Amino acid sequence: MTKTIEEINEKILNGSARVVTAEEMPSIVAELGEEGALKEVDVVTTGTFGAMCSSGAFFNFGHADPPIRMERAWINDVEMYAGLAAVDAYLGATQESVTRGINYGGAHVIEDLISGKTVEIRAQAKGTDCYPRKSIENELLLEDFNQAIMCNPRNSYQRYAAATNSTDRTIHTYMGALLPGCGNVSYSGAGCLSPLINDPKLKCTGSGVPIFLGGAQGMIVGPGTQNSPGTLFATIMTTGNLKEMSTDFVRAAAMTGYGVTLYLGLGVPIPVTDIDVVRNTAVRDEDIKTNIVDYGVPSRNRPVLAQVSYADLKSGAVEINGEEVRTSALSSFKKAREVAAELKSWVESGKLTVNLPTRKSDPTIVVKPMRESKRPPTIREIMTSNVVSINETEDIKSAAKKLLNAQTNHLPVVNAAGGVVGIVTTYDISKAVVKENQDGKVSEIMSKNVVTTTPDEVVDIAVMKLERNKISALPIVDANGHLVGLLNAVDLGKLVGKRWTK
Amino acid sequence: MKLQLTFTKKQGREPVIAKVILATGALINVEKAYIESLCGEVLIDVQDSDAEKVCSKFRELGVDYKKLVDSVIRDENECVECGACISICPQEVFYFDDDWNLHLHTEKCVLCGKCTISCPQRALKVRA
Repeated sequence: MTKTIEEINEKILNGSARVVTAEEMPSIVAELGEEGALKEVDVVTTGTFGAMCSSGAFFNFGHADPPIRMERAWINDVEMYAGLAAVDAYLGATQESVTRGINYGGAHVIEDLISGKTVEIRAQAKGTDCYPRKSIENELLLEDFNQAIMCNPRNSYQRYAAATNSTDRTIHTYMGALLPGCGNVSYSGAGCLSPLINDPKLKCTGSGVPIFLGGAQGMIVGPGTQNSPGTLFATIMTTGNLKEMSTDFVRAAAMTGYGVTLYLGLGVPIPVTDIDVVRNTAVRDEDIKTNIVDYGVPSRNRPVLAQVSYADLKSGAVEINGEEVRTSALSSFKKAREVAAELKSWVESGKLTVNLPTRKSDPTIVVKPMRESKRPPTIREIMTSNVVSINETEDIKSAAKKLLNAQTNHLPVVNAAGGVVGIVTTYDISKAVVKENQDGKVSEIMSKNVVTTTPDEVVDIAVMKLERNKISALPIVDANGHLVGLLNAVDLGKLVGKRWTK
Repeated sequence: MKLQLTFTKKQGREPVIAKVILATGALINVEKAYIESLCGEVLIDVQDSDAEKVCSKFRELGVDYKKLVDSVIRDENECVECGACISICPQEVFYFDDDWNLHLHTEKCVLCGKCTISCPQRALKVRA
């Protein structure tokens, strides 16, 4: 048995369509069987509510008199992209205010506009014969704009990797605060309610499909940026009229140490046309697997520490290496339910009918990493390998001599096997002299908590280590932990005037 | 129950908390301490049944105390009930009910402030 879109829409319009949420679907299929569910259910509504950084809006402000062709433009000090034409601009949700930083950004402008607040527009131009004006400052309300069209390049990730942190300090990421020693797990996505997880072959979620977007009736433009349905990380590009949206479903947010983002409610109605749709929408949290990855590793290929299901994540705790770790979501499951329920009421009342995508999406596409034509500079390129070190059993006076002879402030301390066990600085020596302890051993005064780098490490990462630990040198070690060099501020200076300033 | 004690510099040198424990026999858990040059603040947890006698002993020793209620405040207009605070809080103050509504055991809060910077919606505040 199959059902056509026309049959389903006829039932929607005469008020007899059976609409359920994706959360209700598994038990319906369990009770009625797949054929029974196909006969019974006409539309399954999905929903998600979470951080969708890749969001924003196109604006048209109308022409002023004399007119201006905006070249740079700001709303409430948040810069927009004005390289379009005259009085069009695109405001990105994550763009931060030039005056208030992370506390106010594009997402906050969007929320303020929807909630009816006055915003201040500022623009600059060079002035032309046709657009003579060089600057403008103006206060506007959303209703004053000709158009305010939300257009989001990448929304509604099918699922998302969960995050933890194996390092010994708290890190602040777009997945929120991650406590040291895998102290917590942060995840995102609505699991069984997530729109794209209910349509893995992208048969129902594509261009032209009507959706719930921020409380308004929006539309899928097509596959989103970074779309990767082949690895179950599909995305969609969406659009909707900002003027019809509600702050119940559009919320500005700020992630400490990361930046501004937009929380958005999004739901897709899935017409139940055949058995495949029934099977796909019967997906349960237990069926949706994702990885817990270590965000403590500052690399694109972060290590996977465990594989879990959304049911595990939603239970409040998961196991990593035998330890129980508490989980929490960044996205709101309660709000995701509200989205799916609201969308359900729209379809039930005939306010929204369904249709299939106007163009097919390829469900096998896999996202690629950047092809890098230039490698970022590594420590190997700037390091000096004639490093002076000292054995941990030597005395402090020898350390002082070595520092003087080598004209350096940092002396790595090694053990008999050549492994780095500490570092001694001129400051440590001075302290020892003041305390009249100059006859002691190096191991008594060295810092044992040594931060190191490797020849293959990218310079930016090593610089971050220096800044974060407020230190001025890093011993360079090989894969076996043996000392092979020392990185200090002088080496970093070599980069200035070379590659970085090109 | 949590009590926030304020010490003067002089009192800070005395083993006041130990005296209160010996005098009352109450189990006192010190959860947080700030030591400034002129004064100090200590957050302690006592069993509700011991609170009365502990308070009166502190009063007798001249230590200012206040009972901590609503130590963490949630702005319900801002909160989207994502629950990001749940795994961040060392005291397990935040929890979901079966319908994913977020609730708070405010009495467990030790004012560490981790939740306030972790909340994406900036919906949480702790009493200073």
